[in-house]
Amino acid sequence: MQLDELYRRVIMDHYKNPRNRGTMDEDSVTVNLNNPTCGDRIQLQLQVENGVVKLAKYTGEGCSISMSSASMMTDAVRGKTLDEALGLAEKFSAMMQGQPVEFEEYEDLEALAGVSKFPARIKCATLAWNALRKGIEAGRQG
Amino acid sequence: MNPRELRKQFPILDQQVNGHPLVYLDNAASSQKPRRVIDAIVRYYEQDNANVHRGVHTLASRATDAYEGARAKVARFLNAASEREIVFTRGTTTALNIVARSYARAVLREGDEIVLTPMEHHANLIPWQQAAKATGAVLRYIPMQPDGTIRLSDVEATLTDRTKIVSVTHVSNVLGVVNPVKEIAALAHKRGAVMVVDGAQSAPHMKVDVRDLDCDFYAFSGHKMCGPTGIGALYGKLELLDRMEPVEYGGEMIEHVDYYDATWKESPWRFEGGTPIIAGAVGLAAAIDFLTEIGMEAIDRHSAELARYAYDRLSGIEGVTLYGPRERTGLVTFNLEGVHPHDVATVLDTEGVAIRAGHHCCQPLMRKLEVTATARASFYLYNTEEDVERLAAALIKAKEFFGHAIG
Repeated sequence: MQLDELYRRVIMDHYKNPRNRGTMDEDSVTVNLNNPTCGDRIQLQLQVENGVVKLAKYTGEGCSISMSSASMMTDAVRGKTLDEALGLAEKFSAMMQGQPVEFEEYEDLEALAGVSKFPARIKCATLAWNALRKGIEAGRQG
Repeated sequence: MNPRELRKQFPILDQQVNGHPLVYLDNAASSQKPRRVIDAIVRYYEQDNANVHRGVHTLASRATDAYEGARAKVARFLNAASEREIVFTRGTTTALNIVARSYARAVLREGDEIVLTPMEHHANLIPWQQAAKATGAVLRYIPMQPDGTIRLSDVEATLTDRTKIVSVTHVSNVLGVVNPVKEIAALAHKRGAVMVVDGAQSAPHMKVDVRDLDCDFYAFSGHKMCGPTGIGALYGKLELLDRMEPVEYGGEMIEHVDYYDATWKESPWRFEGGTPIIAGAVGLAAAIDFLTEIGMEAIDRHSAELARYAYDRLSGIEGVTLYGPRERTGLVTFNLEGVHPHDVATVLDTEGVAIRAGHHCCQPLMRKLEVTATARASFYLYNTEEDVERLAAALIKAKEFFGHAIG
């Protein structure tokens, strides 16, 4: 088990320089999710117009894996339809199960592939994506 | 007491993890088991297994003797006045829930007070929240000093004549402080309240004498003191236990049953409905023998010395914040500046050092400490100063790794 497999440079970059961190004033769907086993928490806001994610922003507290995953996710889903965003979430789940996956749309996400070798940390990486799924569900109803 | 020699009796500790000899520092969550405890459980299943109490055949007698013999051993371990004061439970959580469901709900009236500290484990908090909701009682908290200690003057000031229950952890699973439960019990009794002690972190490390503490209830878990999971006990003063209603109904706990009503056995059996954790009790008895032979006083000294050694060693690493006072036992809780405790724990794991990271089932205390999570290294009788050195070296590695990665 090599640390570099987990903590890739791209991940550390997102951790250090988070994209889309903050809140928005625009009409949005807001999801709060926490990981009760470790205390990590995220608030995700999705601005959805005509079934397209115009903007995604997040705030929260957590480890480098959970926060970098949130940073990448909010970047990756921008401009995607809700179906496409859900497709990314499915693909991300597959990657966490160790399946070979390519993210042509947003290659940074592939840096998180190493998390699948650290079972205790998978829930860190998936927190933001679980929030996304909830947000999509709410976005469809609203 | 020789931790290096004792360590050899724990088969699980003799392994490499991620290419390094295992340093197990998650003992406050669960300790490892010596060979003789494992053997006792195997021997029970290979030779004596049967259901307890009502069987006429030889194996049933052997199983009953082993189970009730274990109860007697727990009674001696805690210096209880009688075996009948020992209720076997699944662990500390179940034991505290029995008090909160049975005793508390029978006694509490609207406006009565349950007094706790801000450092309680969720197991010694949520059962009381629920008891308060069910009865209209209110929760009150003894204030805590910034270093995590409790002052008796604050205890005195918090208790009132409406206080019916005081429930305090003996040793904090986050701060490592030893609370003055004997003195708190005396103050509780002056107000006519009962004293409940969460002993999950004290029973493994120190001589506990429930009659000297004069507590009314004391709860502990076997798996944190070299015993198996799934077994623990509730000590309760007999006059209290005998007045309490069972919380689970079924076989084993009844005296007489007809179609419309039933009566209960006396304590402790009225609290042990269904087939009990017989092999667990056998394993717990073996663990108590093991600990008693080493000597609880020696274990106490070792746990306190090692915790202070770790406190001093980690204090010397720049960027490390420690929580709680230096005077402590069994564990150190800390954070490394700029690195989330999960990331610390993952780096340490790659170095073969097992610690815990998170809120340690103490979310209110975490908020008081103004952190969302911490890292915790907790020790037991097989840990040594070298283990602390391995911890320190791995921490420095984590610091360098993240300093480089995000610096």
